[in-house]
Amino acid sequence: MKEERKEGEILKILEEDARTSDSEIARMIGVDEEEVRSTISELEKQGIIIKYKALINYEKAGMKAVQALIELNLSPERSTGYDSVAERISKFSEVKSVRLVSGEYDLLVRVEGETMREVAYFVAEKIAPLEQVRNTVTHFLLKTYKENGEIYEEEEKGKRLAVTL
Amino acid sequence: MTLIADRVGQIKSSGIREFFDIAQRMEDAISLGVGEPDFVTPWSIREACIFSLEKGYTSYTSNWGLLELREMLSEKLHHDDSVYYDPEGELLITTGVSEAFDLALRAIINPGDEVIIHEPSYVSYKPCALFAGGIPVSIETEVGDEFKLRADRIEDKITEKTKAIVLNYPNNPTGATLTKKDLEQIADVANEHDLLVISDEIYGKLTYDGEHTCFSTLNGMKERTILLNGFSKAYAMTGWRIGYAAGNKDIIEAMMKIHQYTMLCTPITAQMAAVEALRCDDETAEMVYEYNRRRRLMVEGLRELGLSCFEPKGAFYTFPSIANTGLTSAEFAKRLLFEHKVVVIPGSVFGDCGEGFIRCSYAVSQYELKEALNRLGRFLVTCGVK
Ligand SMILES: Cc1ncc(COP(=O)(O)O)c(C=O)c1O
Repeated sequence: MKEERKEGEILKILEEDARTSDSEIARMIGVDEEEVRSTISELEKQGIIIKYKALINYEKAGMKAVQALIELNLSPERSTGYDSVAERISKFSEVKSVRLVSGEYDLLVRVEGETMREVAYFVAEKIAPLEQVRNTVTHFLLKTYKENGEIYEEEEKGKRLAVTL
Repeated sequence: MTLIADRVGQIKSSGIREFFDIAQRMEDAISLGVGEPDFVTPWSIREACIFSLEKGYTSYTSNWGLLELREMLSEKLHHDDSVYYDPEGELLITTGVSEAFDLALRAIINPGDEVIIHEPSYVSYKPCALFAGGIPVSIETEVGDEFKLRADRIEDKITEKTKAIVLNYPNNPTGATLTKKDLEQIADVANEHDLLVISDEIYGKLTYDGEHTCFSTLNGMKERTILLNGFSKAYAMTGWRIGYAAGNKDIIEAMMKIHQYTMLCTPITAQMAAVEALRCDDETAEMVYEYNRRRRLMVEGLRELGLSCFEPKGAFYTFPSIANTGLTSAEFAKRLLFEHKVVVIPGSVFGDCGEGFIRCSYAVSQYELKEALNRLGRFLVTCGVK
């Protein structure tokens, strides 16, 4: 199998289910287990596979986490553009994602906290006062329908017959 | 008075029916007996259908099917398979390959004409030939020869009554495919003996090793081939009931004549959805990748359990031999269901030469596939295998 194609297949399988074992992956794509192992460790080394995490529906678990999307307008810096402020914001553990986007604002940041108050204070105290931040708009998340390609409440699936010839 | 016409009465319902009824009803069984995708129809297709209903597309269509759909199909066949069919006259939209197959036979068979059918094969072929007044002539294919239909075996069976050969590759139930060279040899026989070929290529897009060759692209075959294909398997649209036939103008016209008086047209809703289906090849490509992964998992898994398993190259079935259990395929399937709650199909359903095999579908989730293999493994231990 071509190297690129093999990597692509492995990434696809792990993205779908990170707990798929090396031996299962080897079977699925028809190469030996050692080759899968070395390819994966290479992908990890290169930082292409960043981490293996579970996708958790905390609402369902009854553990209430509050999330908000924060739109930030920034003044870019002469030498580093948006990078240095974006990196700075990324370092807060409350911040779950940071993305530079086109359109009416510059950064879209997702913040998580235990209460709405905590999130609001965090934005007011840590983000808004940064010198390069011109203004912020906070949107609290009310309900998640789909995350990382997974629909949270799967639709009811029609039932197939057990036997069709 | 005999209630039922002889033509229908002669077709015996198989003894396995009772077993299937139980299998259908058993709630917590894992079924490898499925003959359809476990994916639901891609959302963009369903969405297009809903939109068509909102816009009020609820009427009959032309007997031939929507022209837009035929035009798109014509383009697709040209693009994917390099064969050109005129959307006006050489393409007919049908209510699945099932209807198309029936129409094809009724359009060409005179009473007593013989139709060559390779086995193991899809269960509808023989009965449809009989309903059409024809005589099915079986040719057995063997696992040792990768379940291939060979040109010389066809020649052995040809008589002056032979009218057509039915071809189904990739094959249900074996997953076998034919190479271009294999097909060319069959084409030569068709030419030499002036035969028609009904080529059911419904699993053509589900080919994992090598490329599928459309039979009508072979030398001289476009005029002789009735090409049947559909949306059921490749686009996960079994319940929509839509397929098509492509072929020589006179034959398609004759098929249309029957279709016009018996079916009128294929449901417009399914046709509208099919138009969208032809636009979304990316999603179907993703399904093919997934089937391929499961195919490998299943073949390796079956072999590890001690069954000898032919490597299928297409469709979504494996057809392992259970000869080393000493059971008939019907006994095997029954015991596996009752003792371990896994449904498989006895190979004997697909023709006498299917005895000693079972059909296991891998159109199931990886989770179900692994669990079914676990249970099968436990059963095989009680059978003394491994
Ligand atoms: C070989 C073969 N042909 C035709 C069909 C029926 O197809 P359709 O849904 O288009 O009627 C099936 C379904 O299982 C099949 O396996």
